Amino acid sequence: MNPRRPRLLMAAGVVGLAAVTACAPGSNSSTGASTPTPGATVSTDAAGMGKVQLIVWDQEVRGGQAAQMSQLNQEFQAKYPNITIKRVSRSFDDLKTTLRLALSGNQPPDVVEANNGRSDMGAFVKAGQLRPLDAYAKAYGWDARYPESVRQYSSYSPDGKTFGQGSLYGLPQVGEVVGIYYNAKKLAAAGVQPPKTWAEFETALAAVKAKGEVPMMFGNLDKWPAIHVFGTVQGRTTPADQVTQLAFGRKGASWTTPENTKAAQTLVDWVDKGYFEPGFNGAGYDPAWQAFSKGKGAFLIAGTWLQADLQKTMGADVGFMLPPGQSADAKPVATGGTGLPFSVTSKSAHPDAAAAYINFITDAHAMQVLTKTGNLPVADTAAQQVAGGLQKDVFTAFGTAVKGDGLLPYLDYATPTMYDTLGAGLQDLLAKKATPQQFVERLQKDYSAFASTNG
Amino acid sequence: MTVERTGRPRRGGGPPGEPRRVAYLYLLPAFLVYAAFLLYPLVRSVQLSFYRWDGLTLGTWVGLDNYLEVVQDQGLRAAFGHALVLMVFYALVPLVVGLGLASILNRAKVRGLGFFRTVVFLPQVVAMVVVAVAWRRIYAPDGTLNSLLSAVGLGSLTRGWLGDYTLALPAVGFIGTWFETGLVTVLLLAGMGRISGELYEAARLDGAGPVREFLTVTLPSVRGEIAVALTLTVIAALRTFDLVYVTTRGGPGNSTSVPSYEVYHRAFELGQVGSAAAIGVCLTVIIFVISFGITRIGDRETT
Repeated sequence: MNPRRPRLLMAAGVVGLAAVTACAPGSNSSTGASTPTPGATVSTDAAGMGKVQLIVWDQEVRGGQAAQMSQLNQEFQAKYPNITIKRVSRSFDDLKTTLRLALSGNQPPDVVEANNGRSDMGAFVKAGQLRPLDAYAKAYGWDARYPESVRQYSSYSPDGKTFGQGSLYGLPQVGEVVGIYYNAKKLAAAGVQPPKTWAEFETALAAVKAKGEVPMMFGNLDKWPAIHVFGTVQGRTTPADQVTQLAFGRKGASWTTPENTKAAQTLVDWVDKGYFEPGFNGAGYDPAWQAFSKGKGAFLIAGTWLQADLQKTMGADVGFMLPPGQSADAKPVATGGTGLPFSVTSKSAHPDAAAAYINFITDAHAMQVLTKTGNLPVADTAAQQVAGGLQKDVFTAFGTAVKGDGLLPYLDYATPTMYDTLGAGLQDLLAKKATPQQFVERLQKDYSAFASTNG
Repeated sequence: MTVERTGRPRRGGGPPGEPRRVAYLYLLPAFLVYAAFLLYPLVRSVQLSFYRWDGLTLGTWVGLDNYLEVVQDQGLRAAFGHALVLMVFYALVPLVVGLGLASILNRAKVRGLGFFRTVVFLPQVVAMVVVAVAWRRIYAPDGTLNSLLSAVGLGSLTRGWLGDYTLALPAVGFIGTWFETGLVTVLLLAGMGRISGELYEAARLDGAGPVREFLTVTLPSVRGEIAVALTLTVIAALRTFDLVYVTTRGGPGNSTSVPSYEVYHRAFELGQVGSAAAIGVCLTVIIFVISFGITRIGDRETT
């Protein structure tokens, strides 16, 4: 036996142990300039900032998204020749998984598109990696330009704990809202008008069912689609401020209220009455809306992101509306939000130029470019010139919702685990594996556990 | 093994790799790559599993808490249970089917054996994600499987297969069976091809039928291949990720969640890196123990 063997082993052991007990994870990521001096003057004179290179990470990789981004980048560089944009674009999933590492590195990008939720933007704010933009908001007048119900989606308290309030950490370009698509032909065949009130909507569902048609297309294999359907129903039963409180995971609300239980009960009733396509828990989201576009089902509860595809296949047969209220003139209430906001990183050496860039890609001209490239701009929506049909419906609906401050946040924003809890909970509820009471108790458990430790 | 210090002899005599010090030098490049891409991440994962860390801010030392959670959390225990069920579909069923198929193909000496071998092996060539997307369509409420059932008058059995609480896991497992059977069959075919014809002849002279022949000649001769096939398929079962990610995302409810999916989900979506690392380490240990057991049994029985 080689006498050196034990020593070698021991050395290996020591090295291994040293590695295990070495510095704690995250200890080498300096928090950088997490707290820029308050009251520091900010510059909005982009032309006078000297030679600057901005590294921008975005996820605008698809059709119209990619088109607007490259057009706006070109125009920005033409207007300010001293600033060059180095663009890195990745798909949403790739961006989400790589951004964490990029931000904790030593040379993070200047501008990043970060997902709004707690596990992304919230975590970055908490780690001091994003710069609060309040000073720029004042300088550029963003507070006046974007209503509270839009800004809340990129607002956090500086410790990252409170979502929906506090400092502004980013600005989005596009908006989205969950509403009801309807097949006009199918409604006419069933002898009903597009509903103006929630009661009319339920009557229409029954009328379509009586005709032997599928009242509502729904595919819930991916777990999350039911969140949008539930959110739409909950918007009718539960006061908007309570939903907002719950959805942002802020203290002081409760899931176990009669209103929320009633919303869950409504979904179960719809299942019992056969309003959904049978086998919905085993049907995919994409196949479901594709079937709707091919003329199956009278209604589809889904977001504005389907507009282009549905318009292409259904033409004039399809319409879109916000979920109707108790009366025809009720205040609009709908689940919705914004696209991913653009934020400035704390370590960026050129925050002024970065803010100027964000201002440029979200100003009035940018909104026109967004419209032309087939996107739904987050501001000035109702003022855009669009051809009639579904696109007009969608623009009107979003404009109305924003104007009435009627956007309710996505329910899964609430806690880092709510997406799973809610997705699995709704599958259980709809499959009758859980009663409405058990369902809201399960959500309450998740919500209160988080709200109490989050302080 | 001493080297003469005076007048270094030219290499040529002695076994290759002597002296030892030089031998280790030969291993060094490969070891460096191995260490950088395997050992270091492994040690680092073990380290991370003792922390509560979100991947961004400073982690806090929590000792064995993450491991306690793996044992205590009902959802996680269920996930490991699902992986065990998948092992049946990934390893045992393909082994039984593969043994049958291989011995038929081997005995019958059918014409176009190469063709059948290719067909059986084909699923292995296709990327798992593609397989999963295709099967998702097959299992859809208006998919191929349901149309087939309705066509033969079994319309009462149709359902959204992946949305059914009791059948989703077997449905996912069956995809694994379909995927792994080819590999197992081809492995066993190769093993059976090596069996000397004299053995069969001797068995036949002793009056053995096909079944007896299979049990006394074929089965013992391919034990080595069986061990390899089991090792590969069991590992595949335990680290199933892409299949679940694409078909069900762990649903309906949490009835198809598996440990590898939890690792991804916690590390990248929930920002619970420590907990994810702990699950990963547990999974590694389980895979190591099971494959160690299989190879030990395989080795003992062949020698």
